[in-house]
Amino acid sequence: MPPITFDSKIPEGSIQEKWDNHKFSIKLVNPNNKRRFDIIVVGTGLAGASAAATLGGLGYNVKVFTFHDSPRRAHSIAAQGGINAAKNYHGDGDSIYRLFYDTVKGGDYRSREANVYRLAQVSNNIIDQCTAQGVPFAREYGGLLDNRSFGGAQVSRTFYARGQTGQQLLLGAYQALAEQIHAGSCTLYNRTELLDIVVVDDRAAGIVVRDLLTGEVASHSAHAVVLATGGYSNVFFLSTNAMACNVTAAWRAHRRGALFANPCYTQIHPTCIPSSDEFQSKLTLMSESLRNDGRIWVPSTAHDDRSPDAIPEGERDYFLERKYPSFGNLVPRDVASRNAKGMIDEEKGVGPLHNGVYLDFAASIERLGEQTVRERYGNLFDMYERITGENPYQVPMRIYPAPHYTMGGLWVDYNLETSIPGLYAIGEANFSDHGANRLGASALMQGLADGYFVLPYTIGDGLAPRLGEKLVDTGHEAFRAAEARVQERYRGYLEVKGTRTVDHFHRELGKIMWDYCGMERTRSGLEKAISEIPALYDEFRKDLRVLGGDTSLNQSLERAGRLDDFFQLGLLMCEDALQREESCGGHFRAEHQTPDGEAQRNDDDFAFVGAWEHTGEMQAGTLHKEPLVFDNVHLAQRNYA
Amino acid sequence: MDLTLQVWRQDGPTTSGRFETYAAPGISEDMSFLEMLDVVNERLAADGKEPITFDHDCREGICGTCSLMINGKAHGPERGTATCQLHMRKFNDGDTIVIEPWRATAFPIIKDLMVDRSAFDRIVEAGGYITVAAGSAPDANLIPVPKPVADAAMDAAACIGCGACVAACPNSAAQLFTSAKVAHLNLLPQGQSERYARTEAMVDTMEQYFGSCTNHGECQEACPKEIPIDFIATMNKDYLRAKLKNRRYLSRTP
Ligand SMILES: Cc1cc2nc3c(=O)[nH]c(=O)nc-3n(C[C@H](O)[C@H](O)[C@H](O)COP(=O)(O)OP(=O)(O)OC[C@H]3O[C@@H](n4cnc5c(N)ncnc54)[C@H](O)[C@@H]3O)c2cc1C
Ligand code: FES
Repeated sequence: MPPITFDSKIPEGSIQEKWDNHKFSIKLVNPNNKRRFDIIVVGTGLAGASAAATLGGLGYNVKVFTFHDSPRRAHSIAAQGGINAAKNYHGDGDSIYRLFYDTVKGGDYRSREANVYRLAQVSNNIIDQCTAQGVPFAREYGGLLDNRSFGGAQVSRTFYARGQTGQQLLLGAYQALAEQIHAGSCTLYNRTELLDIVVVDDRAAGIVVRDLLTGEVASHSAHAVVLATGGYSNVFFLSTNAMACNVTAAWRAHRRGALFANPCYTQIHPTCIPSSDEFQSKLTLMSESLRNDGRIWVPSTAHDDRSPDAIPEGERDYFLERKYPSFGNLVPRDVASRNAKGMIDEEKGVGPLHNGVYLDFAASIERLGEQTVRERYGNLFDMYERITGENPYQVPMRIYPAPHYTMGGLWVDYNLETSIPGLYAIGEANFSDHGANRLGASALMQGLADGYFVLPYTIGDGLAPRLGEKLVDTGHEAFRAAEARVQERYRGYLEVKGTRTVDHFHRELGKIMWDYCGMERTRSGLEKAISEIPALYDEFRKDLRVLGGDTSLNQSLERAGRLDDFFQLGLLMCEDALQREESCGGHFRAEHQTPDGEAQRNDDDFAFVGAWEHTGEMQAGTLHKEPLVFDNVHLAQRNYA
Repeated sequence: MDLTLQVWRQDGPTTSGRFETYAAPGISEDMSFLEMLDVVNERLAADGKEPITFDHDCREGICGTCSLMINGKAHGPERGTATCQLHMRKFNDGDTIVIEPWRATAFPIIKDLMVDRSAFDRIVEAGGYITVAAGSAPDANLIPVPKPVADAAMDAAACIGCGACVAACPNSAAQLFTSAKVAHLNLLPQGQSERYARTEAMVDTMEQYFGSCTNHGECQEACPKEIPIDFIATMNKDYLRAKLKNRRYLSRTP
């Protein structure tokens, strides 16, 4: 295993100059030599598709892998709200510095200043790039780009394409990738899942993959490997993520020596449709914008089962408006989520399963008229009705928080390189830019920043000195051994022949994670989870039932492997949450709160990135701390009262 | 509610398939169609039978992965709704529901209800893009796009690539899918330089895989995004022009 170093490679100079200085000082690969390098990109979401297309366009030989049938299906497609950029097209006082500042503050001062500043700098290039590609962003009547304010931001910096921004941005990146596939610079391997990373002489040498259609296990070697494999919210079983999102690629890298940073930083989104029964398979996000006009309330007394229209005003508790008079229903995501949970804990939850709070539009409909409300939110109201069978123009919506995004991920330096040389991580898969909490419309920005504008430069720095170096042959014993381990692992799941399905165990794991490592965490709860997860994992190893074989398509078998890694990640999340004796952003430890119940950071002891080294199966591993230094932004306690 | 399902089961691309009948009692009307199948699969597994394979991912009607013929209709009975957004309250207690994969030569069956739609990717690879190297783009507001143009491009770009249009078409034609992509890019000022080359390449590739359009209009009915067939006319016009247009005069307005 390579020695653990903590060189985050932050360049010299003022915050404004760092990226330019770095671009000048890093080594370049001559255009004619690019074709002599092979790069593997795993994942075709915003991060992976944009990176692969750009690297292919630069002349590298790129192999692209996705377990989806087409690159266009990646989870990025589902993003609704929009993408931020510091264009200041509306002259309302935005700037690169302000976007930088807001992102560091929004992340509750747990991100690296230099990375975030670079993100804000390239945000503007993203909008230019996507517009030129034909992304049909919303426009004003004059033909110029429209913006909206999103997630409580004080400026209008969010670009959007109806409620389908992620779809349109992903199609742009997918099309750019398709062009490179056509040109022959990128080769696509679809329905192919990465199952191991191979490290030879302390460098990433390649990957082991499984063809999902035939079960065949094969190896690919390259000069560099890029993971763009997304986030891990599905460790909770129920989340807003697509069903197939998983942590396997990042986790396999972690097992091979890549540090995993801040696993406990997860984001819970306040406005999702509550689950309707125990068979619920995923949760649907309702755009945050609904909180602009909806009022959140619960009955004042517990166990009040009257229908909402039968509950008089005086017997309703508009709890956000009551507790946060100036921000009201627009408090940040984590605050809104935690307060909703508080109400359910007090047994004031509404709906058949008492698992929601009301989001009521009656006052807005009266004030603005149904037509205006329909214009603003019509498509969301229709979606709500399709799913719940209730008409939100007449009955208040029911909402509840759900896991949505994971800020933690593979540790990377300023070059987006993990602690395994030659292995890079981009997009939601890395930990880089959002600290302990991500602002709305900033994930799409980060994925595309990494893929179009950062990695294509920084990867050259690692490659240039290796010109002429031969690839490690896939016949090398390290590849052979990794292939054998994968085959054994998958055969192993089939051989258990127990009584319970993958989904059964996933639900159980999700329940533990949600109860003890969800919106609110306590020492005793986390300790409980840390004892329960290994026990459940044992049962999984002994009582799993996967039918069918491993030489043709087998969806249960695929899921078994993904769940296996979720168990191990879940344990690490709890360990990380336990060691972080403070509350910050999405990580709320009940023991650490201000007298008004807000997150209480401890900057003296916890202003660090917690990066974990893997030490063995079902063990927490060793924690390494990368100190965070704030030269530009002044650390302050958030306050929304 | 208690249902009976007739489900197409096929072990692999080269084996022959058959319908199997499964009882599905005790289904809640709040379940989505795919959650109903999840339940049936859990029960099959409990009985030691291999679960039904079907494609799905986002379950929000946007990724275009889900793809079921339900009672002979692509994505089932509800208009403008993908399979994953269809809920069981649209069915009645006691119903028999027939579930099949998309059927089209260009979409070979992989297993049970899952098909291979990569022919769509080939069409896009042929020309469904605007060439712009990362970093070379001008400021986004340099070229204003009139709102009606942007809106029309967005209407076309809303296609989720699910393939319902092909499955619904008696000729298994892919005109609606291809025309949506062509129109999205050809309507925008940014898409003009490659407009005719794109149209020609995409249509020619489409014809290698898919049948011909005879204006049945079934595609529009089946489309979960309600993409209108008008785009097919736009594509056909551009295809014709592509054959005639002298591309040296591309930047002249006609
Ligand atoms: C409902 C919803 C709405 C959202 N809305 C917004 C928004 O409005 N604005 C915003 O900024 N963000 C939003 N987000 C967050 C944002 O969408 C994601 O963070 C982002 O799209 C992640 O992109 P990615 O490229 O990192 O990963 P993904 O899009 O998740 O792509 C991962 C890719 O990796 C592949 N992959 C993974 N593992 C493997 C493996 N082992 N082998 C092979 N391939 C693999 C997958 O096939 C896929 O292609 C939203 C998220 C959700 C859930
Ligand atoms: S599963 Fe994504 S559209 Fe149906």
